[in-house]
Amino acid sequence: MDTARFLLSRLAQSLFALFCIVTITFFLARLAPGGPFLDEKAVPEHLVEQMKRNYGFDQPLPRQYLLYLGRLVRGDLGPSLGNKGFSVNEVIAESFPVSLALGLCGLVLALVLGIPAGVFAAARRNTRVDYALMGFAMVGICLPTFVIAPLLGEFFALRLGWFDVALWEGSTAWILGAVTLGLYYSAYIARLTRGSMLDVLSQDFVRTAKAKGARPLRILFVHAFRGGVAPVVAFLGPALAGLIGGSFVVESVFGLPGLGQHFIKAASNRDYWLINGTVTVFAVLILAMNFLVDVLQAWLDPRSRAAK
Amino acid sequence: MLRLRRDRTRPGRLSRPTLPGPGVAALSFVLFAVAATAVSCRKETRVERAAREKILLLGNGAEPKALDPHLVSSVGDANILRALFEGLVAYHPESDTVHEPGVAERWAANEDFSQWRFFLRADAKWSNGEPVTAHDFVYSYHRILHPEMAAPYASMLYFLKNAEAFNKGELEDFAEVGVEAVGDHELVCTLERPAPFFPDVVKHTTWLPVHRGTIERHGVMTDNYTDWQKPGNHVGNGPFALSEWRINAHVKVRRNPHYWDAAAVKLNGVDFYPIESAFTEEKAFRNGLIHLSYTMPENLIARYREMEDSPLRIETYNGSYFYRCNVKKAPTDNADFRRALALAIDRSVIVDYVTRGGQTPAHGFTPPSEEGYQPPGDLGLDLAKAGEHLRRAGYADGGEVPEFTILINTSEAHKNIAMAIQDMWRKNLGISRIRIENQEWKVFQQTVLDGAYEVSRAGWIGDYVDPETFLGMWVTGDSNNNTGWSSADYDRLMRESSLLSDPARRYAKLAEAEAVLLDELPVIPIYWYTRVYLLHPDVRNWHPLLLDNRPYKHIDLEPAPKGGPR
Repeated sequence: MDTARFLLSRLAQSLFALFCIVTITFFLARLAPGGPFLDEKAVPEHLVEQMKRNYGFDQPLPRQYLLYLGRLVRGDLGPSLGNKGFSVNEVIAESFPVSLALGLCGLVLALVLGIPAGVFAAARRNTRVDYALMGFAMVGICLPTFVIAPLLGEFFALRLGWFDVALWEGSTAWILGAVTLGLYYSAYIARLTRGSMLDVLSQDFVRTAKAKGARPLRILFVHAFRGGVAPVVAFLGPALAGLIGGSFVVESVFGLPGLGQHFIKAASNRDYWLINGTVTVFAVLILAMNFLVDVLQAWLDPRSRAAK
Repeated sequence: MLRLRRDRTRPGRLSRPTLPGPGVAALSFVLFAVAATAVSCRKETRVERAAREKILLLGNGAEPKALDPHLVSSVGDANILRALFEGLVAYHPESDTVHEPGVAERWAANEDFSQWRFFLRADAKWSNGEPVTAHDFVYSYHRILHPEMAAPYASMLYFLKNAEAFNKGELEDFAEVGVEAVGDHELVCTLERPAPFFPDVVKHTTWLPVHRGTIERHGVMTDNYTDWQKPGNHVGNGPFALSEWRINAHVKVRRNPHYWDAAAVKLNGVDFYPIESAFTEEKAFRNGLIHLSYTMPENLIARYREMEDSPLRIETYNGSYFYRCNVKKAPTDNADFRRALALAIDRSVIVDYVTRGGQTPAHGFTPPSEEGYQPPGDLGLDLAKAGEHLRRAGYADGGEVPEFTILINTSEAHKNIAMAIQDMWRKNLGISRIRIENQEWKVFQQTVLDGAYEVSRAGWIGDYVDPETFLGMWVTGDSNNNTGWSSADYDRLMRESSLLSDPARRYAKLAEAEAVLLDELPVIPIYWYTRVYLLHPDVRNWHPLLLDNRPYKHIDLEPAPKGGPR
C-alpha cells in the first residue's frame, strides 16, 4: 500500500471519529440533569421557557442536532451561554493561544529534561544514577500537578520572588505553569525513553556497531537514538493535546485564562455550545496530532506503514 | 547485550555520552534562573505601582456572565456594573441605609409610598457624552421587563404597577406599566403597593439604565446576545467606562470623563480579576498582585487573625445560611420533627469550629439590621424541648426515625457543616440513619426544584436592606420557596405588611410573619453570613457595609505609612 493511500485512510478514520465525538458530546451534554438557566435564585418558569425559545432549546432535539451540525460545518460553534455576548469561537480564540503557549513551552521543557534523562539512565542501567533519575521520574509521575504547582508558586514566587504567583497579563506566573506541566510530562518521557533505549541497545545492530569499534557516543546518538525515541514521538501527539487541553489545574492555580478552565466551567454551567465547542476543538487537536504522529512515524520507521 | 558503563581508565570516552542529561538539565536550570532573575528585578510590586497610578486591583470571584445589567444576577457581576453604571439612587460609602443621590438629585413619595417621583440631574451624561434622561430609564425598564428579553432577574421590578403581568406576557402595552417620564428630567414610578424602602430597591443592578442608541446599534432591544457589551462599544453612565474585557483574565474600567461628578472620582480605574480559587487569590494578595481579595480560604483565617496589623477583614453580610426541609416528604413533613431538628443544632459550635469566619449563629431567619428590623425568635440549642418535639412527632427515640438525607452541593465547606449537623442530630436526638449526599451544582439545583430531597442546604443573600428580601420568598407559590410549605397565616401577614407604609408597624407585621415561619420551620436557620476577605492598607474609604456594595467613586488609594503589613 502506498503512502498516499495509507494517509488517506487515516484521514477518513479521523473524520469518522470526529463525527462520533461531536454527536456523542451533543447528546451527552443534553442528558445531564440540570440546565443552563438554573440559578441559585430561582428564575420564574415563564422566563426559563422564553430563554429556551431565545436559544432554540425548545425545538425537538434531533432538529437542534441537525441545526448544530449545519453550523459546525460552517465553522460556527454558536453563542456561549455562560459568557453572554461572546461566541464560542471568540471564547476559544481568546483562550487557545494561552494554552498553546503554555503547552508548547511545557512540552519543550519536558523533552529537554526527559529525553536526556532517559538516555542517560538507559546508558547507566541499574546504577545509582539510573535509580536516582528514575526515582525522580517516579516522584514526578506520582505527584499530581495540584501539588507541584502550589509548591512551585510558594517557593519561586512567594519565597524567592522570581515570578508572579498568579494572573496573566504582564505577569510571569505562566512560566511556573509551563514548568509544572513540563516537569510532569518530562517524568513520563524519561521513563519512556529509558525503556525503549534499553530495547534498542540490546539489539544486534548495536552490538555489531560496538564490535566494529564505533564510539559509545556515536552508538547512543546515531545508532540507537532514532529507534529509541520512536515511542516518544508517538507519545508527543497525545501529550501535546493533553498539555493544551488538560491544563485546568495549572490554569486554576496560577489564574491563567486558558482553554482548560472552559472545559470544566462549560460542563458545570451546562453551557451546551461551549461544551460542544471545547470538546470538538480538543478532539480535532488529538486527531490531528495523532495523524501527524502517524505520518512522522511512517517516515521514521517504514515498518509501521507496511503493517497497515 | 551491551552495557555502557563508566570506563575509569579513559574517563573522556564513555562518560561523555552520559553528559547531556545533567548538562542540559543544569543549563536549562541556569537559563531558567537567569530569566527569572531578570524578570524579578522590579523594584515595586503591582499594588504599589497601581497605588501610584490610582488603579484599584481586586479579586472578583468568577468571570462575569455579562456586563449588561439586565442579564446578570451574581454578586461579582454587580460589582463591575456598579463601576460602569449609576442608578437613580447610589450606594453610600459608609452606610447601608443612607441614600446617596445618583442620577436622581432628589426624590419624593406620595403619602402612602406607592408613587415615587425622581428628579434627575440635568448634567448626567452617558460615557459617550449624551445626556441621561428619564426616557432612558423608561426604555431600560421596558427592556428588562420585556417577555422576550427573558431577563433572569426581572422580578426585581415587579414593584412597578402591572410589571409582573407585562413580564408574563399577560399585558401587551408597556404604557400600562407604572413608570413614566415627565419631560426629560422627571421619572414617576407607580407601584403595586406601598414600599417605603423603594429607594433601597432602585439601587439594585436590575434598575440601572442602559443606553438605547448603543443597544439598538448592535441589535434589537430584546437581544440577549450582541456585541454592545464589548470594550469600544459599551456605553454606561457610571464613574468609570469599560476599557478591556478578557475572559477569565480581567475586566478593566477607566475614568469616565463625561461622568457628571467626575471631579469627585478619586481612582483612575479599577481592574477586576476573576480568580475563582480562594487559595490562588490569597497567594496573589500576598504576592502584591491585588489590593483586595474576594474571599479567603477558611483554613487560613486563624493564621491571619493572629497577625499584627492583619489585612484580614471580617464583616457582617446580609445573608442567611440555612437548611430547607421538604414539607411534602416524610419525615420532614412533620412540624414537630422539624422543630426537634432545629433545636438540636449547636450553632455556635458550627461557626466557631467549622466555618471559623466570625459568622453569627442564626436565632431567626432574617439577619438583624442595626438600625432597622430585628428578627423574632430565640432559636438555639435546647435538648429538652427538642426531645419533647421528637416524641410529639411520634418517635419514642431517634432510632425510630426513618432514614433521610441531607442534600448538599459539592463543596468542602458545605460537607463539613453537614457532617457537624449530622453528628449533632445523632448525639442529641439519637437519629442514627442520616445520609449526606452531595451533588454537582446544577444537578443539585434541579433536585431541589423537583422537590426530590428531605433536607437541603441553602443560602440567601439579600438584594437590599429590608426583611422583605428574605421573607418574601416563603409565600405560597414563590419560585424560590421550593419546600412545598404554604401557610395561609403567613401569606396573610405578608400581604398585610405590604399595605403598611409606616416603617415601624410594617416591621412589626413582618416580625409576626417571621414568627410563623420560625414556628413551622420549613427552613432551619443555621448562621448569618460574614464577608471574609483581605484588604491592602493602601485602600482608603473602604468601610464595612452589610450589603458589600461599594461605590467605587469614593474609594481612594494612598500608600500607607511604611511598617504596616505588605
